[in-house]
Amino acid sequence: MAVTLSATGAGGLLDRETVINDFSIQVATVNGSGSQSANLVLLRSIFRMGIPVSGKNLFPSNIAGLPTWFTIRANKHGYVARKAQNELFVAMNPETIAEDEAQLMPGAVFIYNSDLKFTPSREDVLAVGVPFGAIVAQTCQEVKLRKLVTNMVYVGVLAQLIGIDLNEIEAALAKQFKGKEKAATLNFSAVQAGFDWAATNLDFKVPYRLERMDATAGKIIIEGNRAAALGCLFAGTTVVAWYPITPSTSLCENLIGYLEKHRLDPETGKATFGVVQAEDELAAAGIVFGASWAGARAMTATSGPGISLMNEFVGLAYFTEIPGVIFDVQRVGPSTGLPTRTQQGDLMALYHASHGDTKHLVLIPATPQEAYELAYQAFDLSERFQTPVFVMLDLDLGMNSWMADPFPYLDQPLDRGPVVTAEDLTRRVEQAPEGAKHDVFGRYRDVKGDGIPERTLPGTPHPLAAYFTRGSGHTSEAKYSEKPADYTWLVDRLARKHETARKYVPTPVEDWQGAEVSIVAYGTSEYAVQEARDLLAAQGISTNYLRVKALPFTPSVKEFVKKSRRVYVIDQNRDGQMASLLKLEIDPADAPKIRSIRHYDGMPIDAMSIVEPVLEMEKH
Amino acid sequence: MATTTPGPQTNRLGLTLNDYKGAPSTLCAGCGHDAITGQIVRAFYEMGVEPHRVAKLSGIGCSSKTPAYFLNKAHGFNSVHGRMPAVATGTMLANRQLLAIGVSGDGDTASIGMGQFIHLLRRNVPMIYVVENNGVYGLTKGQFSATADLGSTLKSGVANDLPPVDLCALAVQLGCSFVARSFSGDPKQLVALLEAAMAHRGTALLDVISPCVTFNNHEGSTKSYTAAKELDIPLHTLGFIPAFSQIEAEIDPGETRVVEMHDGSKLTLKKLARDYDPTDRAAAMATLMESNGKGEFLTGLIYVNEQQPDFISSLNLVDEPLATLPSSKVRPGKAVLDQVMESLK
Repeated sequence: MAVTLSATGAGGLLDRETVINDFSIQVATVNGSGSQSANLVLLRSIFRMGIPVSGKNLFPSNIAGLPTWFTIRANKHGYVARKAQNELFVAMNPETIAEDEAQLMPGAVFIYNSDLKFTPSREDVLAVGVPFGAIVAQTCQEVKLRKLVTNMVYVGVLAQLIGIDLNEIEAALAKQFKGKEKAATLNFSAVQAGFDWAATNLDFKVPYRLERMDATAGKIIIEGNRAAALGCLFAGTTVVAWYPITPSTSLCENLIGYLEKHRLDPETGKATFGVVQAEDELAAAGIVFGASWAGARAMTATSGPGISLMNEFVGLAYFTEIPGVIFDVQRVGPSTGLPTRTQQGDLMALYHASHGDTKHLVLIPATPQEAYELAYQAFDLSERFQTPVFVMLDLDLGMNSWMADPFPYLDQPLDRGPVVTAEDLTRRVEQAPEGAKHDVFGRYRDVKGDGIPERTLPGTPHPLAAYFTRGSGHTSEAKYSEKPADYTWLVDRLARKHETARKYVPTPVEDWQGAEVSIVAYGTSEYAVQEARDLLAAQGISTNYLRVKALPFTPSVKEFVKKSRRVYVIDQNRDGQMASLLKLEIDPADAPKIRSIRHYDGMPIDAMSIVEPVLEMEKH
Repeated sequence: MATTTPGPQTNRLGLTLNDYKGAPSTLCAGCGHDAITGQIVRAFYEMGVEPHRVAKLSGIGCSSKTPAYFLNKAHGFNSVHGRMPAVATGTMLANRQLLAIGVSGDGDTASIGMGQFIHLLRRNVPMIYVVENNGVYGLTKGQFSATADLGSTLKSGVANDLPPVDLCALAVQLGCSFVARSFSGDPKQLVALLEAAMAHRGTALLDVISPCVTFNNHEGSTKSYTAAKELDIPLHTLGFIPAFSQIEAEIDPGETRVVEMHDGSKLTLKKLARDYDPTDRAAAMATLMESNGKGEFLTGLIYVNEQQPDFISSLNLVDEPLATLPSSKVRPGKAVLDQVMESLK
């Protein structure tokens, strides 16, 4: 078996100093070829070695056949944002192999399937041809199984080259194929075959090495969608209405799985939840608001195109003051956009969803733990404020694998908001003065001056409980009205309610260093910003940081800008949507401080996409 | 001589007809919809339904205004155009103990809401779904709707050149478990159908021809009072006896067919010209097609299936409303979270 090494020792690569626990591996495969298992085993094995790690799936909008890439970043400092370049590359896809080689960084290790008709041409990378077909044939007698385990061979080759512990691979395989021992054994034999082949045929050491650390003990690996699903489960969600759409689908699928497992009544075996796969997003939203109107905790999850369809109902729910939680796992827009790529392009669309003067509560988690906590909190806020609440994730958070600490059990009682019961009404009637006994409840009254009204639920057994819900103009008593004064009173109260929400929504994460330069970001930009701040600090630029976790802005956002000298706002969209919103809401005198940094090519933002523009703008 | 003033009549709950009324109607004087509202009031009164148990739902349009005009002690929801079915589905999921009545129009159901209407029927969501069908858009002042008959004309003389959507045929085809058609000018039949619909478990569709006095009550209309009266072919005459009344004496075995509703109520169908079996789905479809061909307006109970499970029952939900389950029933404990976390390590 021939080993192809490019000439001249790959530009001296083999003589370089070894980099320990700080590099990325990318694997190129054909969508649908079963590479996901191999990639997750690779990820989990590194994680089990105690090394901080993240995994990102770059996949096409296609069922099978198109190119797909998986990137694993291992980093001893815990940086888990995307890195634009990868030190190690595994090329299994004949369609992209030439392109894959062309985009490698100098000094990269290029492991490729030598069964493919391909001749390496880069002088500055180390090309390692691996005869996958022959290796698999040796270890797997059954021809029809060979295709299934081929990808495991590169796990073995990498294990030998960069030092992944085979025991950890075995343990990761056992987890991956839980309950299917035969499959685990067969896959491990392919790993072993790859490892042995590399040990025999590759008599050199690459300058990238993994060494056991202790930075992942007790931690979990989870995707953001699964984390959000757990938030819904523990928030007591009882109605789920959804329509499948990438990249939100796994949120509902995970939630339904958890509900079926953990939410059957122990005495009767009956469900304490109802799930509807609706005919479209219009119906999904209608079911959510119908159920919430009747008092259930209801949710749906969708992506940009679904948000567009749900807008009509969102406006109705805003105006009629009905709770409901909508997860938007963003992909790239406008229109169908790039269905399997990530962006933060829906911020404005969520904040002002639907026609007329509307303003919504939007929660913006950055990490899996926040996806869990804010999903949970969304229901409390939605019922407290009787209004739709959006939870804005993106594909990067929702569908990729992240390391996290185990989630805390959220112990505070559920906030079901101001719901007036039949007993409450009876008591109020008893206590009301003569002549006012029929006036103890009005659906849209501003009872405490904070804009938040009270509601009764359909089915409340009291003659004073009923009211009429309508999307047309109405009075504080829920009567139809087109009178100018009634309308302005109503929309002004809604604005007042929104102002009250500023004090209740999650406060930003803030790190004030008294520096000249401030950074504002939100959502998944968090990871790249953390790394960028360290890189900037290494260049002598210390930074303050504020990460927005919700709309409307809490007062601290305005204060942060006020006390800052220059504010770089990081957006993963073309138009700098967060920068625009900030300019609208801060003191106009502070607006010139805002400088927008935008990243919007569909790839998760990386640290250098922040560092470079900051350095550039700091010159001026 | 002392006289006693007789008190108003009451139903089995001790409530009067007035207790089932709503706000005064703002529809045109003589509107067919107001007649239907009157029969809804009567049916709920006669059935002795507790008003607070009822959820009144609608979309947008003249018909959709009507839930405000009946049962003012019931919660009402006037939602968005054509999307009442989804709201009703959610409502019933949240609280299966409610009795839902949706009122819609021919535009709301057969055009903008066609998708949701179809899926409501597919799911057999337990509710009464009344279509107040006048073949015309009233609130936008007189355009054809999708149920307007081919060749019928607007007031301006413009003729309709598209075939109508037959909501009953569509419903039978989709397996809707209760399909009936009636006429706002036939209170006796309509009340019997509404009462049977209340006793039914599943979607009960009532397509009620309800002439629009302002825009569609003229010579060229096939949905005017005159046309409806002339073309009306009742399949049977209907009688309804709720489960709580004495039943046996009312039924004449030779000339009637009795449909037993799931709650034990009985719907009697007295044979008219034809021998019609409303439990035979294929025959129901054939009869509708035949009638449509003749330009008849067939009324009565077209199809019923009391065996088909409704959507809420098929979900195996707990008996109490999901909406008000205590937190102890809907929040798994810390052990469950720990178990999930362990599986992710």
